[in-house]
Amino acid sequence: MDWLTILSTTVHAAIGWETVVYGLAAIGVNIHFGYTGLLNFGQAAFMAVAGYGLAVTVVVFNLPFVVGVLVGLAAAALLALLMGIPTLQLRADYLAIVTIAAAEIIRLVFRSVYFKDIFGGSDGRRGFNGDFYAMNFLYDPGRYGIGPFGFDERTMWLLTVGWAVVLLCCLVVFLLMRSPWGRVLKAIREDEDAVRALGKNVFAYKMQSLMLGGIIGCFGGFFYGLYNGSVQPDVFGTEMTFFAYTIVILGGAARVFGPVVGAMIFWVLFVFVGNLLAELVANGYIPFMTNIQVGPVRYALVGLGFILLLVARPQGIFGDKREIAIDAR
Amino acid sequence: MRRAVIAFTAFLGGLIFLLAGPAHAGPADCQGLRGTLKLQGQPVNGAKIAVTTEGGQPVKEATTNAQGIWDVQVEQPGKYKVTLDVGSLPQNAEVRGGNNVRTPTVYEGNCSTVLFALQPKAAPGQAPQSDGGTTFWQQAAQLTFEGVNLGLIIALGALGLSLIYGTTGLTNFAHGELITLGAVIAYAFNVGFGIQLIPAAIIAVIVAGALGYGQDRLFWGQLRKRGTGTIAMMIISIGVAILLRNLLQFFFGPQTENFNDYVTQPGITVGPITAAPKNFWAIGIELTVLVIVGIALMKTRTGKAARAVADNPALAASSGINVDRVIRIIWTAGAAIAALAGVMLGLSQSLKFTMGQDILLLIFAGVTLGGLGTAFGALVGSLVVGVFIQVSTLWVPPELKSVGALAVLIIVLLFRPQGILGRRERIG
Repeated sequence: MDWLTILSTTVHAAIGWETVVYGLAAIGVNIHFGYTGLLNFGQAAFMAVAGYGLAVTVVVFNLPFVVGVLVGLAAAALLALLMGIPTLQLRADYLAIVTIAAAEIIRLVFRSVYFKDIFGGSDGRRGFNGDFYAMNFLYDPGRYGIGPFGFDERTMWLLTVGWAVVLLCCLVVFLLMRSPWGRVLKAIREDEDAVRALGKNVFAYKMQSLMLGGIIGCFGGFFYGLYNGSVQPDVFGTEMTFFAYTIVILGGAARVFGPVVGAMIFWVLFVFVGNLLAELVANGYIPFMTNIQVGPVRYALVGLGFILLLVARPQGIFGDKREIAIDAR
Repeated sequence: MRRAVIAFTAFLGGLIFLLAGPAHAGPADCQGLRGTLKLQGQPVNGAKIAVTTEGGQPVKEATTNAQGIWDVQVEQPGKYKVTLDVGSLPQNAEVRGGNNVRTPTVYEGNCSTVLFALQPKAAPGQAPQSDGGTTFWQQAAQLTFEGVNLGLIIALGALGLSLIYGTTGLTNFAHGELITLGAVIAYAFNVGFGIQLIPAAIIAVIVAGALGYGQDRLFWGQLRKRGTGTIAMMIISIGVAILLRNLLQFFFGPQTENFNDYVTQPGITVGPITAAPKNFWAIGIELTVLVIVGIALMKTRTGKAARAVADNPALAASSGINVDRVIRIIWTAGAAIAALAGVMLGLSQSLKFTMGQDILLLIFAGVTLGGLGTAFGALVGSLVVGVFIQVSTLWVPPELKSVGALAVLIIVLLFRPQGILGRRERIG
């Protein structure tokens, strides 16, 4: 049993790139679900169009990195319009159905052989993060850390920028939700008809919320691509969205730091359980399982944990039960 | 109650034991290239494939077997050139796009799948008035037939989804996994136990029905009793979907499988349509089941009670209908029908742990088109979606045909959100 590796990967996960990526995705979901009561089950789609927008702009069209980021953001805003216009005037389930369908469709389009010249088929796109790491002015090449814990200069740069963006997004959410605009969103979550009766344009507010959450999630897509140096279609599956929801509910919906804390706890647990299982299987403590089966077991455990969490404590760690938009309307 | 829990656990344990067998045949020691050749869902037997190194040095030749599968193991990882011998294909087949050479990369200890999409050969110049016109219309007729088959499978899934939605208000995102579950149970009895597919399918439908009953009795029913809202249940259903899908992957493995029986059948020709007899049988069975369920909903006491509960649960309860009993029956029937849909889907395509997830999109499109919560709307909508996306492959590459389903969804929601047979008050 390699306890040191298990320990160090687990500690890394608490502040690592996964936490940044999923923390951003979850902050977006928190705006949708936590504050506005919108059931966007296609957060992965926002991340996918962001990652691919960046990758395709840089790799296929040879445009600068900044243009790639702008294209990604524009694509996410467009996607929000596309999914919001037909559904935001209808009951909650319709948005859920359309977003989950749109996310799958976008994945299918990205992985299709027909568009292979643009999106690169199931291999995806790689080689677009050079400019990002070239901007590193803080860290000289080397290793930063204590003992077995630490990152190289590239990861340090990514994590510094990543956590800066996470904190910035938290600040934006904090300020917005104190503003009159944010109070209208919460009012929509509580009683849409009452807000409409007060003369507010509910559809427009919902659309703005969908866009804002999508754009924040979109940064998660960028960081995913930048860390891994590639984007592949199958990464952006339903599981990604579902993880973001688990994180939001774990941390506490409608809380500014809920998604961030949720992401840390989630990834620590996820990485720990995965590594522990893999080590146990490799050392023959679990004879009925092969190493390939560790993946599904870990995902199944997330599913189970999610169900138990929602049944037993839907407000998560920091949330307030009265603020969770899960009652029938 | 406790006895029910014990029985259920014992049953699940048995199932796990049963399914653990085939799962070990994972793709462990594999380094090379493989692929499956299919023409309109039917495997292509005897096609020759030559693998050479990037420089052109011959490595190995392979011929597809009765399942259309070929497999070449290589010593060295690296880039290879795969050439499909067009002359060895059936006379009516050609490679889509015309390019019969692929250059995949083999990674150490991994098998790469090489895709050759085949399509029926069309006569040059498809002007409707010319001789090519008959080919076009033949193709359209063929695709319509396949679309009806797909549409009926979607309808089976949609019926269960719609009935459960109608009676409990739950949009069940785990319904796709119920479909996969049915297929996998049938696979376990068929391949694991060597039972012929028809009895295996009947067993699977019964087992899945029992599981559906158990699911409502032990899980969803308890949640309803606690007063959990429908939105909460909808989110929980996504968790259930992830849980079930990954459990299925754990037992079944990530690979694609086929049933033992009826895999390859010589096609028979009826008018412009050529299809394996199993497809005609499948359509017959699907239609029969749909008609029986329809009649049961219209004529029997339980069916009428179910419609009453769907209309207004409180009113139904106050007029003496046992709402919980009705919901339990609906769950049992819904899961059993979903299992049948899974078997039919596995028969007409193949089995994979994501099969239910993939078709769930089409089911949602069908249900929305027909009107959420209306059983007969679900049938009509599903048929339209099935035929629409299958016929759309005349113009759209087949891997992108599901995109059409999303287009249907969005257009319906824009112009007639209540669907074909739905009512206005359900949507707002």
